[in-house]
Amino acid sequence: MGKAYDRVLAARSADKISIQDLVAGITDDFMELHGDRAYSDDPAVYAGIGTIAGQPVTITSIQKGNDTDENIERHFGSAEPSGYRKALRLMKQAEKFNRPIINLINTPGAYPGMDAEYKGQGYMIAQSIMQGLKLKVPYISVIIGEGGSGGALALAVGDTVWALEDSIYSVLSPEGYATILWKDSSKAAEAAEQMQLTPKELLDNEIIDKIIPEVKDAKSMQNFKEALIEKINELNKLPKEELLAQRHERYRKFN
Amino acid sequence: MKNNKSEETKDLQALMDKVPDHLFIKCPVCEENFYNKKLGEYKLCPNCGYGFRLGAQERINMTVDEFTPIDSEVSAPKRFLSDEKYAGKLEKSKKATDLNESVQTGFAKIGDTEFALGVMDSRFIMGSLGTATGEKLARLFEQATEKNLPVVVFSCSGGARMQEGIHSLMQMAKVSQAVSDHAEKGLLYISVLTDPTTGGVTASYAMEGDINISEPHTLIGFAGRRVIEKTIQQRPPKDFQRAETLLKNGFLDAIVKRDEMKSVLAKLLAWN
Repeated sequence: MGKAYDRVLAARSADKISIQDLVAGITDDFMELHGDRAYSDDPAVYAGIGTIAGQPVTITSIQKGNDTDENIERHFGSAEPSGYRKALRLMKQAEKFNRPIINLINTPGAYPGMDAEYKGQGYMIAQSIMQGLKLKVPYISVIIGEGGSGGALALAVGDTVWALEDSIYSVLSPEGYATILWKDSSKAAEAAEQMQLTPKELLDNEIIDKIIPEVKDAKSMQNFKEALIEKINELNKLPKEELLAQRHERYRKFN
Repeated sequence: MKNNKSEETKDLQALMDKVPDHLFIKCPVCEENFYNKKLGEYKLCPNCGYGFRLGAQERINMTVDEFTPIDSEVSAPKRFLSDEKYAGKLEKSKKATDLNESVQTGFAKIGDTEFALGVMDSRFIMGSLGTATGEKLARLFEQATEKNLPVVVFSCSGGARMQEGIHSLMQMAKVSQAVSDHAEKGLLYISVLTDPTTGGVTASYAMEGDINISEPHTLIGFAGRRVIEKTIQQRPPKDFQRAETLLKNGFLDAIVKRDEMKSVLAKLLAWN
């Protein structure tokens, strides 16, 4: 088994810290906020307001479940259009109140369901990307486990994108890649080797800007929290025009 | 009886061999068979009005009065070409389409109205969104922004280009950003979703128009039908992910027949 695939397995591991624990660990206090204000509240998207070292922030995240029931409810961390609508609503709210945005991402991809299609999965991801790119507040995204395709990108178009050590970010799953290119989903390990989906490769390709040591104890949690505080302070100092100009350059350079 | 049947099949096969290929065409939507001459200049199914897939140039010819291409030389960055299979696919697509990427971009006119135009070609690796596709579209929006021109993009795509991996995903952000800059200047963007528009293209610029229109029976979706079937263990209905369903659910402004597309675009461009 190849090294890249080990990383895939580690990113999907049930032992991976849950988003809720992560949020509890980095914030002094946090309150979850619900609802897309259209018709639903997607449990795959966990979002709200909290403070980090006294600084109010909006956190939106895509989370898997901690057990089978939660996983079924959250479609194994696959958000529906309603989830993206909730996230975008809260990110716009953050902009209104000049709060930095932190997005934590652990999703195999947007939910491929019939209802999700009927309710505009493509449209909502498109809007999250287009509007997210223009939010006039510091916007930090962190890939926590799986960063699957457009469903992850929807919440990862900010000023900086980080990844935990045991995470992956890719255009689709290695299984899907192997199915499409070689018509054989069992070649996932081989696909993973080719896809450049490990944090190191993502960093080399400037898809991400920083690798965060895996958060698994108090010390690594503190390290993650300090990295966030430092980045928020740095981004807060930039005039809005400069913040947006730097973000623009970050995405324009992918050619 | 059994023998008779195989005899019949044989006869039928012999008969079919005498009929030149493509003389009769089957509509992929309504499944009616018809004589190819009935397709007409707009390549429409005479029964259900479905518009058969077009190459980019063909689409441009039937939709605008003048067209000047830009960035025609832009093609997949060299760093991807070490993948021989992919390089071969690119070569084949280039030959088949006379294009260097899955989108043709440039400046067009309908009557005296000038606008920026992008037309994707599904024959080019399923119209997938490669790095160069994204680059051409981003430049198109940037130039239109500079020149104060509206943009019309005809999308048709299988989505992200797998062979370019995460770099393909980043194009969704790059193009969306250019669309957004164009919008901030108060300029019009009309997105025309044509058959098929799926995946990362639906989840980015195809769904970012001020006006999003489509053609009858066009396939539009994010997730692929097979992935959905596997997830929900159910077969979606026939009208699933068709333009008519998206219109009903509120995701399209209008469905426009191909032979009326030019006049509808002229009208919308004049009003904005």
